[in-house]
Amino acid sequence: MIKHETIEKNIGLMILLIIIVISGGGLAEIVPLFFQASTSKPIEGLRTYNAVELEGRDIYIREGCHVCHTQMIRPFRAETERYGHFSTANEFVYEHPFLWGSKRTGPDIARVGGRYSDDWHRAHLYNPRDVVPESKMPSYPWLFEEKLTGKDTAAKMTALRKVGVPYTDEQIASAQDDVAGKYEIDALVAYLQALGKTHPNYTNKR
Amino acid sequence: MSAFWSAWVTIITLAVILGCTWLLFQTRKSENYKEETDQTVGHSFDGIEEYDNPLPKWWFQMFLATVVFGLVYLVLYPGLGNFKGLLGWTSAGQWEEEMAHAEENYRPVFAKYAALSVEDLIKPENEAGLKMGQRMFANNCSLCHGTAGTGAHGFPNLTDSDWLYGGNPDTIMQTIVHGRQGAMPAWGAVLGEEGVRDVTSYVLTLSGSEADSEAAARGKTQFQALCTACHGVDGKGMQALGAPNLTDDVWLYGNSFAEIAHTIRAGRNGVMPAHKDLLSEEKIKLITAYVYSLSNQ
Repeated sequence: MIKHETIEKNIGLMILLIIIVISGGGLAEIVPLFFQASTSKPIEGLRTYNAVELEGRDIYIREGCHVCHTQMIRPFRAETERYGHFSTANEFVYEHPFLWGSKRTGPDIARVGGRYSDDWHRAHLYNPRDVVPESKMPSYPWLFEEKLTGKDTAAKMTALRKVGVPYTDEQIASAQDDVAGKYEIDALVAYLQALGKTHPNYTNKR
Repeated sequence: MSAFWSAWVTIITLAVILGCTWLLFQTRKSENYKEETDQTVGHSFDGIEEYDNPLPKWWFQMFLATVVFGLVYLVLYPGLGNFKGLLGWTSAGQWEEEMAHAEENYRPVFAKYAALSVEDLIKPENEAGLKMGQRMFANNCSLCHGTAGTGAHGFPNLTDSDWLYGGNPDTIMQTIVHGRQGAMPAWGAVLGEEGVRDVTSYVLTLSGSEADSEAAARGKTQFQALCTACHGVDGKGMQALGAPNLTDDVWLYGNSFAEIAHTIRAGRNGVMPAHKDLLSEEKIKLITAYVYSLSNQ
């Protein structure tokens, strides 16, 4: 029988025992998911984000949109009535990093693509209160001033390809030209309009 | 889940629970002290000793209760690899049950209103249906058209009697189902900056606003060459094309000189998204009725 004292006075042994204890949850709950078809095989017909949408996604991350907006519709009627079909793991196979979020100050936007016009998104991102007077979302006017150069887009796509996103050589070759000269707002709106539109499997009628 | 991963999850989960229980009992101290030092860890620094008391009874029992809860949970719900749990619960199954329950409750309500015409729906006896339409409008339409339907810059006010595409029930429903795509072309390249200013002046005079009369006269010629196909010779617009009436005081993008000039120079392409893949027919009907009621009650 190991005594209390033995563990408390041997820091190496204590570290080892702590690691054994806390790894239990991760080994049982997380590790098996790396090897399941339901989490690692993309849903049929899933497309990748194009170069402009990918840059928009990075702006989404930069501006911290995921801090207030989730991209994960849970299987409750209250959510599917408002947002569409509940999210499934195989929709997120190409997402690096995933942007599920953990808190909804604003609504879920996993399937916001096509729900509003481009003009609405532009007006709303410039100053949300111009179209939704009750809104407390911040304004993002600088997105209308900064232009993208696209100099890193191809490198980003190459990196994503290394972790399993099937970008083609053509997509990577034309990435810079696709993006260069676009305003940040154009890229962000393109990304928002693609959300929920990257595969045709679910009906969102409610 | 393959047999290997199922076993992996099952073994680790049970090992962790049993391991915690084992640890709990192994480190448990008796409350009956045999020697003086049993009550302390046995050292003394400057006369300060460290107590080594047994776990409080309530805490120990709560810990045991969580172990029991965990095991019962794993028997009832899916948690141990491929074992489905005695209750057969799944999150998708729970959702389906919820949906079926709602369908059973609300189908008759929707069916009742679906059988009525929009004109009947706005009658006082169907107020409850209209309220449903109002709530669905708030959820689906108010972001662009406002919670009261009064619109915003670039998004039409639905409470007046001025309509871009027409305000009878069928047209409203058509607009919601299939959406609309505004198609005011950009004339900046054709007219040049001076031409844009001339036509803007003329458009301002159509609704009785002040404008430079010489410029307006020049703009009139251009207007008649370029704009009448959609807006009509008299500038009263054409609902079949969604071309607005320029002679009234309703302006989707404002009627300042700068806004009108911008419209002419760069065009406008307002989009109403199609809702046929988002909302069921019965729901669209109730929303149509609510929108219709905003200017017809």
